[in-house]
Amino acid sequence: MIAATALADLPPASVPPADEASALVSLRGVSKRYGDLLANDSIDLTLAPGEIHALLGENGAGKSTLVKILYGVIEPTAGEILWEGRPVTIASPVAARALGIGMVFQHFSLFEEMTVAENVAVALPERSFETVREELAEVSRGYGLALEPDRSVWTLSAGERQRIEIVRCLLQKPRLIVLDEPTSVLTPQESERLFETLTRLSAEGTAILYISHKLEEVRRLCRSATILRGGKVVATLDPRAKSAREIAAMMVGSEVGAVRAHLSKGLSDEVLRVESLSLPPEALHGKHLRDVALSVRAGEVVGIAGVAGNGQSELFAALSGERLSPNAGDVVIAGTGAGRLGIDARRRIGAAFVPEERLGHAAAPGHGLSDNTVLSHHATSGLVRAGFVAFSEAAKIARSVVGHFDVRTPSDDPAARKLSGGNLQKFVVGREILRGPKLLVVDQPTWGVDAGAARLIRQALVDLAAKGAAVLVISQDLDELFEIADRMAVISEGALSPLRPAAEWTREAIGLEMIGAHAEADAVLAREPA
Amino acid sequence: MTTFEAILFTIVTASTPLLIAAIGELVAERAGVLNLGVEGMMAMGAVCAFAAAFTFDSTLIGIVMGMVAGGLMAALFALAVLGLAANQVGAGLALTIFGLGLSGLIGAPFVGQTRPRIEEWPIPILSDIPLVGHALFSQDPFVYVAFGLVVGTAYFLARTRAGLRLRSIGENHASAHALGLPVLKMRVMAVIFGGICAGLAGAYLSLVYTRFWAPNMTAGRGWIAVALVVFAAWRPTWALVGALVFGAATVLQLHAQAAQVGLPSQLLAAAPYIATILALVLLSIRRGRAVGAPGSLGTPFVPDR
Repeated sequence: MIAATALADLPPASVPPADEASALVSLRGVSKRYGDLLANDSIDLTLAPGEIHALLGENGAGKSTLVKILYGVIEPTAGEILWEGRPVTIASPVAARALGIGMVFQHFSLFEEMTVAENVAVALPERSFETVREELAEVSRGYGLALEPDRSVWTLSAGERQRIEIVRCLLQKPRLIVLDEPTSVLTPQESERLFETLTRLSAEGTAILYISHKLEEVRRLCRSATILRGGKVVATLDPRAKSAREIAAMMVGSEVGAVRAHLSKGLSDEVLRVESLSLPPEALHGKHLRDVALSVRAGEVVGIAGVAGNGQSELFAALSGERLSPNAGDVVIAGTGAGRLGIDARRRIGAAFVPEERLGHAAAPGHGLSDNTVLSHHATSGLVRAGFVAFSEAAKIARSVVGHFDVRTPSDDPAARKLSGGNLQKFVVGREILRGPKLLVVDQPTWGVDAGAARLIRQALVDLAAKGAAVLVISQDLDELFEIADRMAVISEGALSPLRPAAEWTREAIGLEMIGAHAEADAVLAREPA
Repeated sequence: MTTFEAILFTIVTASTPLLIAAIGELVAERAGVLNLGVEGMMAMGAVCAFAAAFTFDSTLIGIVMGMVAGGLMAALFALAVLGLAANQVGAGLALTIFGLGLSGLIGAPFVGQTRPRIEEWPIPILSDIPLVGHALFSQDPFVYVAFGLVVGTAYFLARTRAGLRLRSIGENHASAHALGLPVLKMRVMAVIFGGICAGLAGAYLSLVYTRFWAPNMTAGRGWIAVALVVFAAWRPTWALVGALVFGAATVLQLHAQAAQVGLPSQLLAAAPYIATILALVLLSIRRGRAVGAPGSLGTPFVPDR
């Protein structure tokens, strides 16, 4: 089930798809080879002035490589780039900017310890700091992108950070702007404002290359799209002429089925209960957990939505026992006050945990899968006897995870870092599910994972709940939560909204909760009962 | 000149080599390069400065040769860690061992020689300020250069475009590269600046502070300079405070030993190190927010082209 989008309709972009003659930029047969891997295989792409063109594809389809070529960060192995009909070599980002190509990065290329004005000034050619501040103020006003020049970047939200990137880009008066997954860290309302800015830029004649895997927004914003798969262009089309499902099939190369819903719905006892949990931040720039309360019953999936960096990692650490709570009763697992218990003790009473970062946190990169199995099984699966590890047992469990969860491995028992993101994620989730936990807490279960693996993982989580386990999923992906969660809450600045059945939530209300506007969210929910 | 003024004077001279070397290392680290070879570069600066000054009978040539030697050592380090992306910790330790060894070899013929005292340059009026005037403004030129370095570096890092770019490269080299900043070129320049400073600090030791050369005469001052950068939270003005505290403790513990205070001499000799750590820890607590290292410090940068 995919909830209807609450996005308002924007006026359609007025420019038809480009032909070669009027094109601002055309790529012809652009290829990039890394050893045996052909990351881009003779790609053709054309953009006209004012066109908003989507570049679609799964992780690893070659989108980022193509964009880096266009921005002069990497050099193509073959092919040519035409700028207004003339062949050009884009040797560096400086050359790209001189042509008029601006870039808004997915993982922001900002400097945390520096101020907004410094972050902007560093990218611009020689001019005084005063001039930079004036121009910054002017562009901020002109496009409604509010920014305070003297704030340090680390104090800002993801939406504000993106505004810095966009303003920095606009100050260079670009004729082509490349945006890499711009909405992945934004609330629905922030996305809406971004679309307004982009539509205005397009009306002023700026071409926009829009990279995304969110098909609904692409179908709204763009009149043309190029789909990449395995480094090749598989289609160039008008995204409004196809359904999101058809486009998804082209991206993946096969139909991706929807997750089958629960069969059994026998809800019973609470397996996880958190009551008025408050924890001061531990890390520099960390979030303070404030009076968090939630419960997960056996047989249900509870989702925690929120924009990255709002206390998700702190909440996960408090639940898993990586950080202890002030009182034992703050975190109750299967009836036992676990707030003062360490991670192994919590595992022994039936809990299992999958942290966000798969390489380095969930798995040791240089160690084999069987060693990595020992990491989370040693306390509960009888793998350690009298201080000695039964490696053959561990290998057996690892093979069983690989078999059950369709983990594609390059060899028998490879090092964790040899696996692709999707396969390693299937392994770390499967490793916990095979322990048969009463409670599973997962942070960002499908972050940066291909569609096939994401579907398998979501199905596994739903199936685990159907078998009577309690599942808590912390995710930034609203579509994912609407697909699998029975009840949801939103985390914002370390505080958690009330838990409501997923069907009662609207995207607008979630967006308001994400910025901490609880009263407005309540008003919205009261107005539109689902 | 009272005893107090004399003590103050020696505190400033004891701090100067640490300060010069620390400022150089600070600039390299703000650009993201951890150079643990300061001790080795300093030793090479000391021996080359002394050898050149003795051979040509010119302090000026000595100073220049000390700086050249430090700069060359840093260039060697830059070739390894920036050109070949070698591990910075390993290469830095190797540079220290290499520098200490080579300086002993170069300096062997000069052991036992001495250089004449160099003239102080008192600054009119300022040097007549009661108590501190003599210690601060009746010094040798090196001391003024050191203070100038602190002010200049602080201004450069905070106020100039080049300084902003240098900080951004140290903070996040991938982003800086994506914005089109010349990461490796700026790092090479910062490392060589650090080497020149270490060489100058070494020259100060052999030409002014002791006026002779002896193997291992740097006696860990390069390491103190590296530590000062960390404790000063990569801020030039704090490095000044740290260097002065260390200098003060060094001088005072000598007086304490002379005065037979009844504490073991080993404990007194350790005092400067303890005092410096305490002073800088207190400073960083007062600042409230913990201060992090430059984000890319110690990480090799290899552009993927």
